Amino acid sequence: MSSSFWNMGGYAVYVWGSYGLAAAVLAWNLLAPRLRRHDILKELSAEE
Amino acid sequence: MWTWFHRLASPPTFYRLADRLVPWLGLLAAGLLGYGIFGGLLLAPADYQQGDAFRIIYVHVPAAALSLSVYVLMAAAGAVAVIWRIKLAECVLVAAAPIGASFTALALVTGMLWGKPMWGAYWVWDARLTSELILLFLYAGVIGLNQAIEEPRAAARACGLLALIGVINVPIVHYSVEWWNSLHQGSTILKLGRPNMSADMARPLYAALLGTYCFFGVALLRRVQNELLLRERGTAWVKEQLRSAHV
Repeated sequence: MSSSFWNMGGYAVYVWGSYGLAAAVLAWNLLAPRLRRHDILKELSAEE
Repeated sequence: MWTWFHRLASPPTFYRLADRLVPWLGLLAAGLLGYGIFGGLLLAPADYQQGDAFRIIYVHVPAAALSLSVYVLMAAAGAVAVIWRIKLAECVLVAAAPIGASFTALALVTGMLWGKPMWGAYWVWDARLTSELILLFLYAGVIGLNQAIEEPRAAARACGLLALIGVINVPIVHYSVEWWNSLHQGSTILKLGRPNMSADMARPLYAALLGTYCFFGVALLRRVQNELLLRERGTAWVKEQLRSAHV
């Protein structure tokens, strides 16, 4: 990839910062319910 | 129609339907978001005024649009939960709040990252920004209230009332750029028949918007499933789920 792409016309911090945060929000929204599901299944199995 | 609706709202039916929907929604979300991001970063030309900084639009606008839509959904679920006490509506209400809050925070922070190079400031106490910040507090209120009340059904009804009161803020956020003199630019894409953007710029934006809504569908269904398992503990269908999950 060319360096001008990564440089984003001098706005690299703002553009890549925004996309990075978006990726983090997506990842959290996938991971959090998965971990919670694991805990719930463990808790409910223990009740049986 | 009503029997169909009642069947759909029954926890085991909805749980299984969610299992079937999630892979398709996930696939759609991945494809649309993939194209939206690729198109936004590589296919769209730089803006003639804002240069490459305008590319923040492909994450900022979908996040902001979703932050409002999720609140409306949460308030609608809240109304159903308060009036008809339907369990599924309670689950949708409490499941939507953290997702909505995360996208509201994303809209605010990406807006700040866009505002700094364009306006010269991360934050201004302008109508659009302030009302969106209030939206974040409203989400936080629903999450906090739900955690503070021990009994889940009572908690959901209290959250439903709070969500309903707060929905007044949604049109304020949406129309703030028209009602007040705002530093925030007006709507770029929601002007039917008068496109302000070239197709190269607009297509990835529509894809990112749709993809974000599909992604929300996945996140919401997974969280609703968790709520259903908890609220229906001890029932035959939950036991069946436990057996098939092999924990």
